Formats: sequence, C-alpha cells, structure tokens
Amino acid sequence: MPTVAPLDLEGHCVAAVFLGDVPHFALADGAVHRLDNGHKTVQANDGLLAAFHDAANDRLITGGEDGKVFSVKAGGEVTELASTGKKWITSVAAGPQGAIAYATGKTAFVRFADGKIREFSHPRSVEGLAFSPKGMRFGVARYNGATLHFPAAEGKPVELEWAGAHTGIAFSPDGAFLVTTMQENALHGWKLVDGKHMRMSGYPGKVKSLSWSAKGKWLASSGAPAAIVWPFSAKDGPMGKAPLELGTRGNSMVTCVACHPSQDVVAIGYEDGMVMAARFADAKEVLLRRQGKGAITSMMWDKEERRIAFGAATGDCGVIDITA
Amino acid sequence: MSEAQTQIPVTVLTGYLGAGKTTLLNRILSENHGRRYAVIVNEFGEIGIDNDLIVESDEEIYEMNNGCVCCTVRGDLIRVVEGLMRRPGRFDAIVVETTGLADPVPVAQTFFMDDDVRSKTKLDAVVALVDAKHLPLRLKDSKEAEDQIAFADVVVLNKTDLVTPEELAKVEATIRAINPAARIHRTTRAGVALSEVLDRGAFDLSRALENDPHFLEAHDHDHDHDHECGPDCDHDHHHHDHDGHDHHQDHAHPSDIHDVTVQSVSLRGGEMDPKKFFPWIEKITQMEGPNILRLKGIIALKGDDERYVIQGVHMIIEGDHQRAWKDGEKHESRLVFIGRELDAERLKKSFEACQAA
Repeated sequence: MPTVAPLDLEGHCVAAVFLGDVPHFALADGAVHRLDNGHKTVQANDGLLAAFHDAANDRLITGGEDGKVFSVKAGGEVTELASTGKKWITSVAAGPQGAIAYATGKTAFVRFADGKIREFSHPRSVEGLAFSPKGMRFGVARYNGATLHFPAAEGKPVELEWAGAHTGIAFSPDGAFLVTTMQENALHGWKLVDGKHMRMSGYPGKVKSLSWSAKGKWLASSGAPAAIVWPFSAKDGPMGKAPLELGTRGNSMVTCVACHPSQDVVAIGYEDGMVMAARFADAKEVLLRRQGKGAITSMMWDKEERRIAFGAATGDCGVIDITA
Repeated sequence: MSEAQTQIPVTVLTGYLGAGKTTLLNRILSENHGRRYAVIVNEFGEIGIDNDLIVESDEEIYEMNNGCVCCTVRGDLIRVVEGLMRRPGRFDAIVVETTGLADPVPVAQTFFMDDDVRSKTKLDAVVALVDAKHLPLRLKDSKEAEDQIAFADVVVLNKTDLVTPEELAKVEATIRAINPAARIHRTTRAGVALSEVLDRGAFDLSRALENDPHFLEAHDHDHDHDHECGPDCDHDHHHHDHDGHDHHQDHAHPSDIHDVTVQSVSLRGGEMDPKKFFPWIEKITQMEGPNILRLKGIIALKGDDERYVIQGVHMIIEGDHQRAWKDGEKHESRLVFIGRELDAERLKKSFEACQAA
C-alpha cells in the first residue's frame, strides 16, 4: 500500500521536486520548503512564477515577480543567476552545459555556465522556453508558432509556424520532436527533421502539464478527465494513432502528469487533489493519494523510482512512497 | 471540486493618452478606500506610487484559432492574472490599464473566453476616460476612441474645465450618441468618486441592469432639453441620490454627429417565445458578431415568472434568470445593440417576430 507523508503549506505550489534525494516544494510566494530531517525553508524570489528542474545539475531554476532568476540546490543553497529589472520573469528552462534560459516580455535570455548572457528579441511575447536535449539549441513558444535559436552560434533562428497562441514548449528526449501547448485546447507538434505537423486536439480543457515517458516513447498530458498519452515511438510520432486514456474519472480533470523514470507508468494528479498511477500496457490503476484540498500542480519521481513528491494549488503537498 | 475561490473583480480602464488614466490610477492606488488593488499596466510610466502589485505587461492580442476574427483575447493578461491569482490574499481587486490606442474588446473577452481567468476573476466594468477638449479630434483620427466609448459601462468625461459649457454639452451628446447605455461623469482632474468606477458589477447579470434603473426606458417620446444625459447620469455638478431625479432618455438612432460610426439599436417588445428568441439571438450574434460591440437586454419569456437578462460582446453572449417579475411590473422585453453597420429595421422586425403569440 502506498503511504503519503503530507506537508501542509500555505499557498500555491509551483514545483515539487527532488534535489538529491530531498523533496523540495517551491511556493508562489518564493519560499522553497524541504523535508530534510525536518521541515526547512529558504527564500528565493519575491514571488515565484516559473520553475524548472535542471536534472543534470540537480538544481531548481526559478524566475519570478522580482525580475530575478535563482538557482536552488539541495541543502537550501540559493544563488542569484540573473536580474532583468522590474518586469516579471515568466518562463525559465535549463539546458546542456549548465546553460539556462529565461524570458521577460518579448525577450528571451540565455545565460551560459560562465555567466555570459545572450539576448534574443522577438516580435511577440515569449510564452514558453525549452532546451533541446542535444546540441546548444532552445525553442520559444510564441504566437503563431515556435522559434528555434542556436545560442552558441551566429545565424538566423528557425521559425516553425502554426496559427494560434502557443503557450508552452517541450522537446522529446531524443530531440526529434517539438511539442507546444496552446491557448486553445490542443497540443501541436513538429517533427523537426522535416517540419511535419502533428495536431493533437480533442481536449476539453487547456493542456498545462506534459511528461515524456522513458526514452520518449510516449507523451502524457493533462487537460482531460483522463491522462491523455500519445504514442511517439513511430517515426511520424502519434499521427494517425489514437492516444491512450488512462485514469479516467467522471468527476475531476487531470491537472498534472509525471511519467515513471524507467517504466511505462504515469502518475496522474487531479483537480481535486487525488493522485493515481496507471500502467500503459493494461491501463491498470493504483490509488496513491485520496482527494485533497485542491488541484495537483506538480509531481516528480525520485531517482530510486520509489517516491513521488507532489504539490497542490492549495498548499497541501507531500511525498508518496509507493513501496511502503 | 477545486477551491471555492471568490472571483476577484477586474476593472478595465481605457482612454487616450492624456485623458487622465494615470491620474485616476494614482488615486485608486493612494486613496484610503480600504481595498487593495493589483494594477496591470502597459508601462510603469508615470505612476508615482511604489507598489509591488503594479505589473507591467506587453499587450498581446491573440486571435483564437477558431476561424472567428472577433474572437480575440489578451494573452498577456491570461498569464499575469494566473500569476497574481496564485497569491490571492494580496489584493481585493484588479485594475487593467490599457494603452491609449487599445481595443477594449480583447481585454473584455479574455474574462469570458479563458476558462482559468474566468473561474478566478470576473469583469466588473469597462471605464473609459475621455478628454473633453480633444475628443472631437480623436474621433476624427481614430476608430479606437469611438470603440472605447462604445464599449464602456462608465465614461469619465474629464478635463471639463478646458471647454465651454456649449462644447461640453456637445461632447456629451456625442458620447451619448455613441453609447446610450453608459453612465457619464463630468470631471476635472479625474475627480470622480471611486465608487462610481470601481465595484460596479456591470457584467454581473444579476446586477448589470439594476445599475441602470432607466435602462432602455420608454423612448417613444423625445424630450427637449439643454443637454442629453444617460440612464441614471450622475454629473458631479448635481448632488443627488442616484435614483432621485427625473431622467430623460435620448436613444439610439444612428448618429448624425459627424465622425461617429458606431450606432445603437434599441428594441422593445412584449413577451418572447423562448423557442424563437434563443435561436434568433444565437443567429444574430453569429452573423452580426463582428459588428456588435456590446448588447444588453432584459427579456420577458412567455410562461416564465422570472426576468431573463442577457449580455454580449461580439459573438459571446451569456444570459441567466435574474429575479422574479415584481407584482404589477410590465412583462416586456428590451434589448440594445451597440455596434457598426447594424440593420436597425431588420433587427427590429426579426426581434418582434420572436414575440409569443
């Protein structure tokens, strides 16, 4: 039976992550709580808006209302990486070789490990940021498509066009596909080698959470009363194939998904705070957490594939141990 | 299900550069009214107040990918509102200041079309600041100035000390011709009582039309008067309680005032057949949506003992039962469209055809 170690906090949890093997919970007020032989807290931003787990460097990158970008490491080490002024930092991402990206308004910035910063202006707002897993390349979700930059080299960016407002962005783990979340209830994808389009629509709600399964074979998504899981193992991705619908419930929407690090299993968080795990092969479900106070906003598996840190919009966070 | 959050009211402030938006904003932020405001501005500019809750945001108009050209939202507002609402304890209400040239429609539609924004906030009112001296010029050189007035629930007619009484009367008549349903407040230095611009509930179906007790009153007769004023006008030179004085109405013919392209069409009828009325209003808003800036109405439905209120922005319409008809209250239907290129005669005929037999 799974057990839940709750951590009841005040406020909206933006990111629940493991740094080292310590669960950390970053709240919208900028405080980062951790369960490290007791409940401890450090302050990062004055108002947290965006957070990205930088797995390669075992740190959380945060951006906020104070126009600053911080790195938070296990043990509560907080370092300011950048400051842009009074405007909100609305998106952050981490990439290869210690590089990070952050955005404010229409400008995206890349900060390399040596502290050098490059600026990328766009005609419209930068809505989302993601690094490609391979090479020094990052993508910007924007109105009517996405833009790919090569920050370590000169030259023109690659523009990928698709009408509509693209709000979030993610590369597949092998770098072959780029997927955006949209203002409308849909995902859009591009096969990068030939620019082929992939429309993934039919969601009753906006998609706000995406998670790639082990080796990028599947892409799980929120935005429906089930986790919608698209097959990406074929060379054209999910085109012409129906997605899996896992953990279907009649009375609550899925708000967060987190795929298991090695198996074809997804942790599914719902609007009412429930968490389930579902297996792709047979759609078998296991209840991991009963209803809470509000929507699950963030989840992450630990390296041992034993625990899931989860955060909620209502502050009732915690850690699920699936083996206990 | 999800947290039972109260919806935070949002006031949208429009108006040309120099009309007095910043003055009004500074008052909202500094006066002692017991409420805390988060303010979303296009540029920090001249707001003289240091406040963590002033958020600068680049106006981003996003056309929805559904083939409808008038389905536009402000993408930046979706993001900013989402961010603000993650820490809701900090403020009681939100004010959105738009740029001088802004089209108010995408701002308003954001609060209807985006589910997240809609679940957490509600549009309270659109307030247009108008510079009494420069309005005639503005109307000549831009469509936006007219749109802002046409779309407003409240018009603050500012800088009245810079014009003669005759000029002022003319400007006010022009505003009234563009928008017969708005309240107009004459001011200098944006000196309107804040209670007249904040917490108006103009988009709240249960309150919307209660704010305008004279909403679409009988206008079979035309008064002669020295200046036209609107439903429940409240000039600051009159000191009276709101409902206390005799109002005259002058409605809604395509304006003969030069440079005005917005018109309003006021319709009235008896009890409506719901089987005819709802398909009709759906069809009208689908077909004429791009031309309709606002619509508001109180509908008497046959066999229904409650008033049905309806409002719309372009193609978006919403309606609900408001309250029971009072004893002796005449069951009649009233509807006003504010827009462009509206075929008043056709609207009138087709509206009347929806009446119950």
